[in-house]
Amino acid sequence: MRGRRLRAGIAIAAMGFALAACQPGEEQGDFVDINRDPFPSTYTPLQSAPTLITNVTLLDGKGGKMEGASILLADGKIKAVGQSLEAPEGAVTIDGTGRWVTPGIIDVHSHLGVYPSPSTGSHSDGNEVGDPVTPDVWAEHSVWPQDAGFIRASAGGITSLQILPGSANLFGGRSVVLKNVPGRSVQDMKFPHAPYGLKMACGENPKRVYGKGQNSDAHRPSTRMGNVAGYRQAWADAQAYQREWDKYERDYKAGKDVLPPKRDLALDTLAGALRGDVKVHMHCYRADEMTVMMDVMKEFGYQIASFQHAVESYKIADRLKANGVCSAMWADWYGFKMEAYDGIRENIPFVANAGACAIVHSDSERGIQRLNQEAAKALADGRKVGVDFSEAEAWEWLSLNPAKSLGIEETTGSIDIGKDADVVLWSADPFSVYAKADMTFVDGAVVFDRHDAAHQPVMDFELGQPGEGDAK
Amino acid sequence: MRILNTLAGVSLAALMAGSAFAEDVAITGGTAFTHGGTGKVDNATVLISAGKVTSVTSGGDVPAGYRVVDARDKWVTTGFMVSGTTLGMMEVPSWAGMNDASAPKADHTIGMDATEAINPDTTLIPITRIEGVTRAVIGFTGSKDMWLGQGAVINLGNGEDLVTRSRAFVTLNITENGAEDAGGSRAALWDVINAKLEAADPRGKKDDKKDKDDDKKKDKGDLNTEALARLFDHKESLLVIANRKSDILKAISLKERFGLDVILYDADEAWRVADRLAAAKIPVILDPIDNLPESFEDLSATGAAAARLHAAGVKIAFVGPDTQNARLVVQSAGNAVAMGLPWEAAVDAITVNPAEIFGVSASYGTLEAGKDADVVVWNGDPLEVMTSPDVIFIKGEEIPLVSRQTKLRDRYKEITRSPAYVK
Repeated sequence: MRGRRLRAGIAIAAMGFALAACQPGEEQGDFVDINRDPFPSTYTPLQSAPTLITNVTLLDGKGGKMEGASILLADGKIKAVGQSLEAPEGAVTIDGTGRWVTPGIIDVHSHLGVYPSPSTGSHSDGNEVGDPVTPDVWAEHSVWPQDAGFIRASAGGITSLQILPGSANLFGGRSVVLKNVPGRSVQDMKFPHAPYGLKMACGENPKRVYGKGQNSDAHRPSTRMGNVAGYRQAWADAQAYQREWDKYERDYKAGKDVLPPKRDLALDTLAGALRGDVKVHMHCYRADEMTVMMDVMKEFGYQIASFQHAVESYKIADRLKANGVCSAMWADWYGFKMEAYDGIRENIPFVANAGACAIVHSDSERGIQRLNQEAAKALADGRKVGVDFSEAEAWEWLSLNPAKSLGIEETTGSIDIGKDADVVLWSADPFSVYAKADMTFVDGAVVFDRHDAAHQPVMDFELGQPGEGDAK
Repeated sequence: MRILNTLAGVSLAALMAGSAFAEDVAITGGTAFTHGGTGKVDNATVLISAGKVTSVTSGGDVPAGYRVVDARDKWVTTGFMVSGTTLGMMEVPSWAGMNDASAPKADHTIGMDATEAINPDTTLIPITRIEGVTRAVIGFTGSKDMWLGQGAVINLGNGEDLVTRSRAFVTLNITENGAEDAGGSRAALWDVINAKLEAADPRGKKDDKKDKDDDKKKDKGDLNTEALARLFDHKESLLVIANRKSDILKAISLKERFGLDVILYDADEAWRVADRLAAAKIPVILDPIDNLPESFEDLSATGAAAARLHAAGVKIAFVGPDTQNARLVVQSAGNAVAMGLPWEAAVDAITVNPAEIFGVSASYGTLEAGKDADVVVWNGDPLEVMTSPDVIFIKGEEIPLVSRQTKLRDRYKEITRSPAYVK
């Protein structure tokens, strides 16, 4: 994968020189390779017993629905699904009569930990505003794992989430994908082997933050055309950087004693995006701007995994489908600024109806607690105008499509044998406002249990404060 | 009026006949709730005439000449009321120059009147009302100090004058932010508030005619003085924004000391002193989904707050997440039910309760005879997230289910090369 697309042409052209340049006997220093995982995940699943949940209505997250279903979770994985499963020796059996089981919800747009509760200035760690181009910063270095929002999200059925930097910058930095379990450090929560994401932003925010010069000396971008110039120059710089590293590798392999290029943390991230190792998630509201960005994507040969917010995706759903770009959307937020002015309540079902990838996201410490209700509203609004999805299909917007956009669909996002046991037991049909997540499982372990205080974690910050341990 | 004058010669009767307002309507066959979430009437016949509800009866006859709206298998409620917005005062709040809800340089921060800033043409009103919300409390969100002017209650109908009740309340912010504006400490804040209210308090002052005349002369035209006088005359309420328990106790003391009609707003920690609020007859306006320690003022915020306040006998009413989505107050009410609030109480909190709290219950809040006909026919339980209104009346006028958003929806339902040219 590494550098495949970028280097193919160059490598072939250079091959002839490489042999000729080799000087026998020249002493080489050690080959310098960049460690791409300097903050490795230390996540381990919480303790769990084999668990059989019986007689539920089951949505598999891929469009399927099974009544009277049982599901067996063991060793952190989904072991079996069927209508007559036997509990293995020592298993916990939960009677799910009248209740529903779904894949855990995956929120691709959260700022938990980087803009935590309480939202003090001391905790405001989500936008590195000093420069419009900051792909060198990593959201995981800001995540405060004691944010009570993580637990509230668990009570809403969230099992994985992507923490993004804010949208002040053209390039806001790297995201991190987490398993939604308490940890002492962010590494304890990191989703093993999940690709990194890169946050980019269109539109109003970068030009507002930088255009007047209050946050950088450059006074730019101050326009949308300035935004696009900023993206393009950065990608061009990343191409040049990658070529330097490719040349270094070629020369070294040819036996030369060559110095590696000086590392540039910002260009490391951008080069990773060009290679396809880092997934691009771009905050973008307007249809016209998204269309421009898909041209920039083609110009520099990278792939946009998702447009975030994407309130006008319904206007270009055909083009989003053709380019394989997901839209991560709210059900009904609109109008708080001009680029959100054309939001409609049917955005999600219209995008899905065009065959494009639709995702329900939150961008909110409140919304993340009830994304099932957001999907329900979108589903109902679509049906009212004849866009008729089933509940089972709508759950794809909450689990499998988000998993795909994050590159973790091999291990989570649907109820499939062998996948991580990231599932939610709902008190009732989760498309009802009255339904609550009774139990949220991550890798087969109970992270949250609405009826058992032992599984209602209290964050460090909440200890000794009013409301400690209360029902939330 | 100018338009009416140019139509001289056209009879007034002809004009009225063309107006939906005068229509007599019977909504039949639905399950109606005549008093908030209670007063259930099966197979209800709801009669509307001259803009008012005239009767709600089970299986009642439809008088001749009434247009019938079939509500079989549907739910019929009073149009809902959201208890804190800037509807009509704002179009796009961020960086678009259309926001009259924040007045950081205003002179008369106590007396400035929200109804002076209403623009009935805002697109937010149709967007909000087609989700079943027909009344809204409006007020200011910012000023240079702890006072946030005088707020009002409006209807979300088609008229040029949307005001149901102007100068319904004066807003006072006693949170950390209010303290910042007062000099940096709550100690400074209360010094300013107490001085202002003591000076305005008419009780125990010498009934000296000369002094009174002097006061009148001096204060003529001063919005602040007028507003404070109205507070002490019980012509309007004092809406106090507070979250921390200790601040809420100060609000209770304020009511006891000055005898004002206090309404508590935001109030994340109010549930901790629910009994005392009930005893003091202080109603509470809250967003029932607030459940995070967003600051050191709301550490005990919980989604169970609405249920606990109600159980203690506190009258509650709800707000939505913001003004664009004021319509989501209905979803918030549903979530309060999921956290233990009885369904009936949740519907009360978006109908009859705010009507009483904000002093408009003579004309709005129930489906009783004589009330303005704000009536919504729902395709199911209105608090559910997958239901929506099928038919809406505001003050007896049927409201088309059309907004700027539905027009965009209809334009882009089928994507074409140039949708602007598609009729």
